[in-house]
Order: sequence, then structure tokens, then C-alpha cells
Amino acid sequence: MIKTRKQSDIQSSEITPEPVYHRRREIMKSAGLLGTTLLLNPWLKAGASIKIGDYQKKVITLDEDLTPERHATSYNNFYEFGTDKEDPKENATKFNTDDWKITVGGECEKPGIYSLEDLIKPFDVEERIYRLRCVETWSMVIPWLGIPLASIIKSLQPTSKAKYVAFKTLHDPKQMPGQNRSFLEWPYREGLRIDEAVNPLTLFAIGMYGKTMPNQNGAPIRLVVPWKYGFKSIKSIVSIDFVETQPLTSWNMFSNSEYGFYSNVNPTRNHPRWSQKKEHRITGSLLDRLNKFDTLMFNGYAEEVAHLYEGMDLMTNF
Amino acid sequence: MVIQDLLKSNFAKPLVFVLCLLPMASIVWRIFFGDLGSDPIETITFATGDWTLRFLLMTLAVSPLRQWFGLSALIRFRRMLGLYVFFYACCHFMVWFILDHALSFSDMVEDIIDRPYITFGFSALMLLIPLAITSNNAMVRKLGKHWKKLHRLVYVIIILGVLHYLWLTKADYLEPGIYALIAGILLFQRLNFKKWQVFKFIARSENPAR
Repeated sequence: MIKTRKQSDIQSSEITPEPVYHRRREIMKSAGLLGTTLLLNPWLKAGASIKIGDYQKKVITLDEDLTPERHATSYNNFYEFGTDKEDPKENATKFNTDDWKITVGGECEKPGIYSLEDLIKPFDVEERIYRLRCVETWSMVIPWLGIPLASIIKSLQPTSKAKYVAFKTLHDPKQMPGQNRSFLEWPYREGLRIDEAVNPLTLFAIGMYGKTMPNQNGAPIRLVVPWKYGFKSIKSIVSIDFVETQPLTSWNMFSNSEYGFYSNVNPTRNHPRWSQKKEHRITGSLLDRLNKFDTLMFNGYAEEVAHLYEGMDLMTNF
Repeated sequence: MVIQDLLKSNFAKPLVFVLCLLPMASIVWRIFFGDLGSDPIETITFATGDWTLRFLLMTLAVSPLRQWFGLSALIRFRRMLGLYVFFYACCHFMVWFILDHALSFSDMVEDIIDRPYITFGFSALMLLIPLAITSNNAMVRKLGKHWKKLHRLVYVIIILGVLHYLWLTKADYLEPGIYALIAGILLFQRLNFKKWQVFKFIARSENPAR
């Protein structure tokens, strides 16, 4: 069981914003109408894409206002669908995530090609309200739905040689117009050290705001690694590899002086392009950037993750 | 020539004046209707920055267009276009300084020093100031032949402006690349190769009669 954050030792009903809270009742209501099987089986297969059934409410929450859903789903960095913030929403409408397969390989006992459904079926879905801090200095607070990545990894039985986990995004230029030009080397790659990957905070996310993951946010399956800059939370994952050496990661390949492998949120280490000392929450207001506030070390999750980096120089291992 | 006559007509100047205000009108409209997306300041900053560069390229295109297409009357609009460069650059700067940096002088200075793209952008704006100040007829007369020399600063400004855009771009250089290409063409065609020794030499050897 995951420890609840100190700041959030408040009843979830007190701090859950209204929309989510209302939806919860709707879900309970519809569950009642459809019978209890729905509650027991979180996986409803309607069509072929992943649908959200019921989920366990709140494991880790925050005492902070949620970013309005319309902003979280229309202000996206997902270069596979274009580099302007509004591009992904526009260009991902027809993205087909049916029958999604994930190839698992490398140092593990259970390699193979899994359907996403099979991979996640055994586990309960949790809602996690996390801060999301982009390297570009904006931030959001998003209620994700997912499974701790640790559960998935445990089920794949990595061997003792598995020191890192490498992930890749789908490479399909026909569906992902951004991939027709190679400003980044496709497919998008990300990676975590195995202890980061199995940290209880790391989420294998299938939805947000109580719904299936929108295409522009990384459907059908993405990572959420809340103590790292947003680009580490790789979207639309098609492969998971357990490897012995530190894997290549896309932004690091693009510019290793700007984007490190770890890319932990760190207000003391400035990026050449942006000071990382402060951030602003996206609310859609003209005054958003006047309400900048101090960015916290590890995005405020130091209590949960600082031990992973004990004895490491985070200025050189940025 | 019909186009020349149109360019010379009385209503051409007011019309161009109004057209140049349309990008600003569009921004104001979008502020009014809350249509600036999730990060309105970013949207306004990008829009005013884009238009600064566009007006800068238009200003620089006046001379070549006059030469290539015999549209000498285009010169009537150059000063206005140049002042619109200054107008949009000031809006761009003010939005950044007021709504992004909350009028904090120290934050601004830190950014200008630490981030090369801001260094370039800010330098370009500083260089625009003397050009804007000396744009009226009285100053043109007063400065005489120095006026032309001073206003050659616009070549430095366009280079700084394009670098500003290139340097702030994260990964996809297509759009700033297009600006860089057009700026490159406009600057390249101004080079007077005959003035350069090395080209003089080539020119001589090509013409053995001399």
C-alpha cells in the first residue's frame, strides 16, 4: 500500500473537486444499474479500445486545484502529432488505439507480445492526482487513472540483469503526422532506472479525469513519472525492454547538454532555455504568468523519491 | 502601369495602415472573446513576435521588389512598415515584461544575460529605437547622408531577430528556418559583389579585354 502524502492527510471527499466527485456518483449509479459484476471487473470491453470501468478512489491526492480538463486535453506536447500545443488535439482525433499491443523484451522471464488489456487486467485501477511539471516551466494538476508500473514490472519478472527499463512510443507516420519530419529521431524513446520504474509513484496510466486516456494525452497507455519533467512520461507505449545499461532517450539524443537522462524536476539547475526556479499553473487566464511560484525539488515528491538519488551529484546527473 | 497607379493613389496609404493593424485587432478580439488557448500570454507573445519578423521582412523586401518588378511607388510604404516593426516589437516586449515578468527589472536583466535568445531579441529591440526616432522627415534631412548609414542597422536587426527565433525553438526548425531563408535572400541580393576585392579579381579575369 502506498503511503499518502503528508500534505494530503485530508479526507478525499473534502478535497476532490466537484466534477470528479460528481462523476464518481454517476459511476456508482451506473454500476448499480448494471449489476455488481461491473464493480468486480474493472475492464469493460466495448469496442476494442480500453474503457474505464470502476476504479479505486484516491491513493495519492493533492490539496491543490485540478487543472481544468479542457486545458489538460488541449495544451499538449506530443510532437508525433505536431509541435504546436493545440496540434495533438487536432491531429490525433483519428488515432487508432484498438487492439493495442506491447512488446516486452530483454532481461525478464516473461518476454512476448502482450495485448494491453491482458497486461493490465489483473490489476486494480487507481486514481492519482499528481502535479505535472513541464521543462518549459508550465505545470498542471491532473487526476490520472492507472496501475502502479511496479505491478506490471513485477508480473513480467525482470532478471537481476535488468538495471533499466526502456520504453518506446508507436512509430507510425501514417497516423502520426509529426513523424513525417525527423526533427527528433523516431520512435520516441524514454527510460527509467529500474528502482525509479518500480517506485510507488510511477504510474502506468490509462486514463485521466475519470475517463479513458484521450489520444492527445498519450492513449491508450502512457507513463506518469511526477517527479520528473513531463517529457519523461512517455506516451502511446508499444515496447518495454529490460536492459543492463542506460538506454538512449529521445530528448537526450537531441541535445544532451539540455536534457539529461534523469531529468528530475530541479529548481537549482537551470536549463539553458528556461530558468527552472519558478513555474506557472495553466488556468487559461491572461494573468497565469503573473502568479508564478517556486518550483519544488523533485516537483514536491522529495519525500517519496529523494532516497533514489542519495550520494548522486544531481547537477551532473541532471 | 496599373499596379503603380494603385500604389500611388490617395487611398493606398490609409488602406495599408489599416491592414497592418489587423493582426493586433485579431489579438484584441481573441482577448475579448477568451480565444487565446490555455496559455494566453504565450499565444500573444508568439503572435506579436511572428508579426514583428513578418513586418521586418516586408520592410526589407521593399527595395528588391522595386528593382525586380519596377514598382518604384512601393517606397511610399517603407517608413510605415518599418514603424509597424517597431510597434509589434514593442507590444511583444511589453507583454513579456509586464505579463510574464511582472515588471520585475531584475528578472528581465537575468533573462537577458542568461538566455542567448533573449539577448538577441532584446538587442534587436534596442537597435530599433534609434531607427524609429529618426524616421520622420526632419530627422532624415538633419542627418543627411548619415541617415542611410544609420538605417543600415536594419540588416543587423533582421539577423538578430532570426537568431532570436531560431535559438528559442526547441526542436522543429522549419518555421524559423523559413524566416531565415527569406531574410538570407533579402540580405544576399543586397551584397554588392563588385565592391569586394576577391570579386573584382574574378571580374577582371573574366574580362580579358581590360
